[in-house]
Amino acid sequence: MRSLTELTKTSIKLYIREPIAAFFTLAFPTMLILIFGAMYGNDPSPIFDGLGSMDVSMPAYSALILGTIGLLSVPITTAGYRQQGVLRRFRATPMHPLTYIVSDLLTNLAMTILGMILLFTVGWLLYRVQFEGNILLLLFAVILSGLAMSSMGYLIASIASGARVAQVIGMVIFYPMMFLSGAGMPIELLPPSVQRVSDFLPLTYVARLLRGLWFGEPLVDHLLEVVVLVVILVVFGGAAARYFRWE
Amino acid sequence: MPPVLAVTDLVKCYGDLRAVDGVTFTVDEGEIFGMVGPNGAGKTTTIECLEGLRQPDGGSVSVYGIDPFKECRAVMERIGIQLQESDLPSRIRVGEALHLFASFYAESVDPEGLLERMGLQEKERSPVAKLSGGQRQRLFIALALINRPEVVFLDELTTGLDPQARRSMWDLVLEIRDQGSTVFLTTHYMEEAERLCDRVAIMDHGQVVALDSPRALIRDLGIERRLSFYPLNGSEDLGLEALPGVELVERRQDRVIVSGSGKRFISKVVHALEDSGIDFDDLRTEQPNLEDVFLSLTGRAVRE
Repeated sequence: MRSLTELTKTSIKLYIREPIAAFFTLAFPTMLILIFGAMYGNDPSPIFDGLGSMDVSMPAYSALILGTIGLLSVPITTAGYRQQGVLRRFRATPMHPLTYIVSDLLTNLAMTILGMILLFTVGWLLYRVQFEGNILLLLFAVILSGLAMSSMGYLIASIASGARVAQVIGMVIFYPMMFLSGAGMPIELLPPSVQRVSDFLPLTYVARLLRGLWFGEPLVDHLLEVVVLVVILVVFGGAAARYFRWE
Repeated sequence: MPPVLAVTDLVKCYGDLRAVDGVTFTVDEGEIFGMVGPNGAGKTTTIECLEGLRQPDGGSVSVYGIDPFKECRAVMERIGIQLQESDLPSRIRVGEALHLFASFYAESVDPEGLLERMGLQEKERSPVAKLSGGQRQRLFIALALINRPEVVFLDELTTGLDPQARRSMWDLVLEIRDQGSTVFLTTHYMEEAERLCDRVAIMDHGQVVALDSPRALIRDLGIERRLSFYPLNGSEDLGLEALPGVELVERRQDRVIVSGSGKRFISKVVHALEDSGIDFDDLRTEQPNLEDVFLSLTGRAVRE
């Protein structure tokens, strides 16, 4: 237990010290609020059922954070640690391998929540955005989404030879999703044919689930999203466990 | 007392390559035991089987009678490991790394005291990536000592270090043993093995080709010793060939090289020179070393 707390504490410090990771997780979504807020403001719009552009951006950019961490941070850090021999060094101690994974997940959860708090604070200060859902349900959605995205990230790390390759695979998977899933830009702005593509993108289900729960829709309306994310977690998590390499 | 480490007919293959091919030895409490040999001789594979990081394909290894692969965590609590190739996150600080690794063990020593012992107290807040080669290696030794281990494994500890850092590593290794740990080390520097080890296993092509104390290995070689000097007077023929034990007298430019063996070989030659009134300058003796042992056993020099 002590090793789990120490490792998580250290990992969070290291995450914040890594300027690129910290930028994309913490600063980038907030920056988007500043840019798109300046462009579109937050006036109620019929496109968003009377919500403003910044209102719907809150859950959308939260999904963006989850995607960035799961599909970029996780594979790059994990493959990098393996390539560098950090995982080897950890393995040469009595620490249980599960401790490492759990600590990594906790670190990423902490960074996600930190990123979301920052995002919401800026959104509230500038545009008085509101959270209208149940905070525990939102937390559940964030954890489930984080696990699902991270399981994809670990699989990328397991099949990539090193950090560079992991980064390329992560970007190839993440960037289309960023634009087409509703996480990076509102899905309503996409043409219907493109919206159909989004049905095949994992991050779409994160964005839909968060958006629904953010504005207080009941969980039963989003069982499809929950089921899809659980399936992703089981399939990719299982494959990652099978192919994970410590060196 | 049962041996601390026991390796019996150990075999480990990578594909078609038998990296370790039937190795047997034991290591006793309080020993500094060294494995020497060129790169690729099977040293690291052997040490990693003992550390429980690799599963043997044949034979057995045990640490205090325990199988280190099957009961890896129980064994890890009692041993300290410095790996040949490993790293820490580049932005972690020296002090943080020690505190973190201390938390992995049921019992650990005080990280601050250990830093001081390693001469790293001023580096406590330095990121690992900013350390010099020697400081880095000291930190990795500190990590290996954080749980007050009964056995310490050091794999190619001084590779890539400058001579001064290497010498200070040697002092550290002797100190570790004096503090009560058994030390198992690998190196491809024969001088290092000769200086540090109570016993040395010479490895080549996955097998132990000789195992004994460095002195005994050199003695058993029965190899000749050499003495050389510049004669300042006297004739071309110094008459040294006639001395008992002298096998060869050569001249290279102005230098005379006398090779031979046997008891008091060197003093006999020196006395003979003095008796015949020959003055000499720059007298040098060459003792055979582990390098020569390896050469005579394998017909090859240890490559760096």
